[in-house]
Amino acid sequence: MSVPEARAAGEPIVRFDKVTKRYGSLTVLDELNLDIAAGEKVAIIGPSGSGKTTVLRMLMTLETINDGVIWVDGEPLTHMRKNGGLEPADARHLRRIRGKIGMVFQHFNLFPHMTALKNCMEAPITVLKLPKREAEERAAELLEMVGLADKLHHYPSQLSGGQQQRVAIARACAMRPKIMLFDEVTSALDPELVGEVLNVIRKLGAEHDLTMLMVTHQMGFAKEFADRVCFFYGGKIAEEGRPETLFGSPENERTQQFLSAVLESM
Amino acid sequence: MTKLWDWGYTWEILPVLAKASIVTIEATFLGFLLAATFGLLLAILRMSKSNWVSVPTAGFVEFVRSTPLLIQIFFIFFVFPEFGVNLSAMTAGVLALGLHYGTYCSEVYRSGLANIPRGQWEASTALNLSPYHTFRDIIIPQAIPPVVPALGNYLVALFKETPLLSAIAVLELMQTAKILGSENFRYTEPITLVGVFFLVFSLITAAGIRQVEHWLNRRGGN
Repeated sequence: MSVPEARAAGEPIVRFDKVTKRYGSLTVLDELNLDIAAGEKVAIIGPSGSGKTTVLRMLMTLETINDGVIWVDGEPLTHMRKNGGLEPADARHLRRIRGKIGMVFQHFNLFPHMTALKNCMEAPITVLKLPKREAEERAAELLEMVGLADKLHHYPSQLSGGQQQRVAIARACAMRPKIMLFDEVTSALDPELVGEVLNVIRKLGAEHDLTMLMVTHQMGFAKEFADRVCFFYGGKIAEEGRPETLFGSPENERTQQFLSAVLESM
Repeated sequence: MTKLWDWGYTWEILPVLAKASIVTIEATFLGFLLAATFGLLLAILRMSKSNWVSVPTAGFVEFVRSTPLLIQIFFIFFVFPEFGVNLSAMTAGVLALGLHYGTYCSEVYRSGLANIPRGQWEASTALNLSPYHTFRDIIIPQAIPPVVPALGNYLVALFKETPLLSAIAVLELMQTAKILGSENFRYTEPITLVGVFFLVFSLITAAGIRQVEHWLNRRGGN
């Protein structure tokens, strides 16, 4: 067992240290270095295939990494401390660190055989071992926060895409993560439903001390909401900075091309 | 001249056969319970990331499926005792039925499990559910309802193979009919009655499965 070490103040809550991800001969991420401060809201943008979703998936341990180390809250996520060195993490270690992270998916991935309320109660009961009543209270509270107090007993198939995504946000929040990952959470929604989901994310950012990482195509939202924007290109961060700087006067030629292409289509 | 059908004899042997049918139903029920449980276990083991688990499991399934049930029944009843495992004929028969049909059921479960979208697994990981809870609460409740009809077919198939247990002298329907026939020198009535019994119960079981299916569909549809 590794000995947990407290994260010193000012140390990043998430650190990608020369992380490389390959699929066969294709390098998706090439020695990525990225530090994220506690409470920071980071938007990840870039063309498809630039590796931006992979960043979130690796952090959620849905993908393994080929090289480098990911650190979460002062501890290695992908590795364990052993005999003074680092070894690849086993399932138990992954489960322990992973508990600090929550994720919302592009396609919601709600459990279709459970009501909205049950979706939000499952993990708190089985993983956090909360008593059923407490889990139910917490779930109802969160569903109210996302504006679905009247849909507690609806099944996902009875909800609109926007409502389903809000349930998914409530479900992730029920685990009280320190870090929330949003993977193109509005991309599968009809345009008129995007706003309600973004409003919930705004609210979450304002009311909670969450660290948020979001892969998004909503440039307007990224500009308004994020503390920092990272532009990914070819498995690297081509440019990053404050949103007003990156959107206002991008330096990198790739960023300029990407942004003008995106703005044209709007 | 002997009669084509002897009603007096029919009424005489009917209660005996009815009693034997309880053994047949017992063997079917216990055998299928074992098959359904064991099959699910095999299907899950076969999904293991470790080749040390998945490959032997796949080998076992292929082996059992490729050998006749009758040989498996004989093997368990006559060969197991050589290794100190003495089972009653009924237990050996139920075990063989359960193992044999368990491998078939495992293939059914496997297709059900394969049809669960990857997102369900990923959401379970993101919520930090243990593998046990992922299977118990998320995957299995979604994987099983769609395969109930296929499982039901194997229930009927298993039921129709219970006469094989007569080969190790389990006093189920077939064995009882054979004994009645040889005692009275008349096989027409006992063998025909056994056939009718199987027909009736197959139809009842099939109707029962349709009801379960219907109920699951309604439940899943809300």
